[in-house]
Amino acid sequence: MSEQPISVDKGKCINCTLCENTCAFGSLVMEEGYPRILDDCRLCGECVTACPTKAITIEKEGVSVNFSDHSGILVFAEQWKGKVHPVVYELFGKGRELANQLEEKLSAVIIGNELDEALSELKLRGADKIFVFDHPGLEDFRDDPYSAILENLVKEEKPSIFLIGATSIGRSLGPKVAACLETGLTADCTSLDIDPESRLLLQTRPTYGGNIMATIICTNTRPQIATVRYKVMEEAEIVPANECEIIRRNVTISDLPDRVKILKSNPVKDQVSIIDAEIIVSGGKGLGDQRGFELIQELAEALGGAVGASRPTVDEGWIDYPHQVGLSGRTVRPRIYVACGISGAVQHLAGMKTSDVIIAINKDPEAPIFNVASLGAVGDLYEVIPRLVNMIKERKKNG
Amino acid sequence: MSEGMNIIVCIKQVPETMEVDFDKELGRLKREGVASVVNPFDEYAIEEGIRLKEKFGGTVRVLSMGPPQAESALRSAIAMGADEAYLATDMAFAGADTWATSYTLGLSIECMAPYDLVICGLKTIDGDTGQVGPELAHCLGIPHVCYVNEILKIDGGNIRLKRVLDDRIEILGASLPIVVSVSKSINQPRLATLRGRLKAKKAEIQILTSNDLEADPLKLGLKGSPTRVTKISTPARLTAGKIVDGSPEELAKSVFQKLVEYKVI
Repeated sequence: MSEQPISVDKGKCINCTLCENTCAFGSLVMEEGYPRILDDCRLCGECVTACPTKAITIEKEGVSVNFSDHSGILVFAEQWKGKVHPVVYELFGKGRELANQLEEKLSAVIIGNELDEALSELKLRGADKIFVFDHPGLEDFRDDPYSAILENLVKEEKPSIFLIGATSIGRSLGPKVAACLETGLTADCTSLDIDPESRLLLQTRPTYGGNIMATIICTNTRPQIATVRYKVMEEAEIVPANECEIIRRNVTISDLPDRVKILKSNPVKDQVSIIDAEIIVSGGKGLGDQRGFELIQELAEALGGAVGASRPTVDEGWIDYPHQVGLSGRTVRPRIYVACGISGAVQHLAGMKTSDVIIAINKDPEAPIFNVASLGAVGDLYEVIPRLVNMIKERKKNG
Repeated sequence: MSEGMNIIVCIKQVPETMEVDFDKELGRLKREGVASVVNPFDEYAIEEGIRLKEKFGGTVRVLSMGPPQAESALRSAIAMGADEAYLATDMAFAGADTWATSYTLGLSIECMAPYDLVICGLKTIDGDTGQVGPELAHCLGIPHVCYVNEILKIDGGNIRLKRVLDDRIEILGASLPIVVSVSKSINQPRLATLRGRLKAKKAEIQILTSNDLEADPLKLGLKGSPTRVTKISTPARLTAGKIVDGSPEELAKSVFQKLVEYKVI
């Protein structure tokens, strides 16, 4: 068996335990005064940085690759039936910011059939160039032909960064494209930035159920690919005077791989649609049982909002999964988020903390949800919500 | 497929809960006493493998990459009803990102040939990327379908699947072999029987090292990983606003006023 790539020089170690205290994963333990690295070490390098005597080292490739021929940011403009997925405008917003920082170009690629309508708005969102693959044979998304087109385009255009929305399609397509290009992919990013010195893309994403934020870099391969969580970045604004070059590419469908055939495809409506709601009223374990959601529904209706839920309530079967807000459910960014009987576990907060206003109603004054709430009401939701619903109805009646 | 299906299920061992306490002083997860389990998403993959075996005959072999203690996850899979278990374990695999993991699993699966179907869970609860399924399929040179929530038919080397995307449901057809990532709605995983547990206890876990895989050392572990963690931090805390106490009437009034203030009503 080979050696672990991280090692400790006991001669240099001064037994200070700083490394043990800095390891967020508990993968480093002190034994007889010296650090021992456990097998589940993720090689994040925090201990290397913490060590005052440079006793811990991680063996890394000494390759420094020159990527001067790679430049610019490419965005995958996901669309279906001519309708652009709104995450694309968020990628345009962030992409423009990164492009300005790097002083490079922002381009996009759109694949599908009869794309003129989609393009009419897309070209106003601040991109310098849009590559268009418009063909009846590309009507529906399939991993094989879509990824082959993207692989070829990336090889020709050599972008430095490639951004894809972390939708169900992006999460299927992203890893396929990254594997074809033998480059790195960071999934489900919630923050993207440029390191001013190295010009590398700093890709931050929640991991460990949202308990930890990890910043990931991709040093030795290009492009740096990230899928980006929907409803986290700001949308690019419409710039009516935007000068955008439209580059139509020819497609020969028979040249593209296509191993998985679509036999049937039915659109499903997101019947809950917490994703687009301006107001969300959410219920948690504090409801006590399934009937609590009737009360939540009543308040949501009074406010014209949607019903959300925390993971435990979905696990208990009180409400269906499409309502789930949080890391393992949907990320939402409404104007108002009313959390009722939700304690505020990290994984839930990760899915709603960017809401403009958070109002929390909870019996437990120690509940972590109060740490993020603009207004926290400490009380019994069964006592408070009916009174609140009455006040709202009363006001509506009186105009 | 006269002798039934050769099914391989890829699994990962993960900490039992992600909702671990965060030691604010030390800035790290408190992991003492947190047990390791089979990644919950992978239980659905194991269950689906066993159900297909029960229908078509054949074998279910489970594969994991991880430290030596990951063999307990493989034993749990055998207790559920898998036939054999393989563990790819080697210090050279340490620090692998999803791409290096997929490369290692791909070579391991080639060692386990022949195979008709590789089943993965949708994602893991710790890494939460969902990338290994598609990247693994690329390493094996076969197609991949994710978000599978029903295997409708397997017949004469062809498979028919149902997958559920955000905005559409699709029925897909492909030829075997194929990699599928299954979602939690596909089945209800069974519990291990006492007999299964006894079998699991005695089962021999086959070990695969980098030598066995004839792997390119530059494509393994940290060295073979295009991505690298450069910083870890705790999620940013928002600052708390106003906390109010009082009678239900007073509380309702405070909330009501806030809603009025933001022009919701």
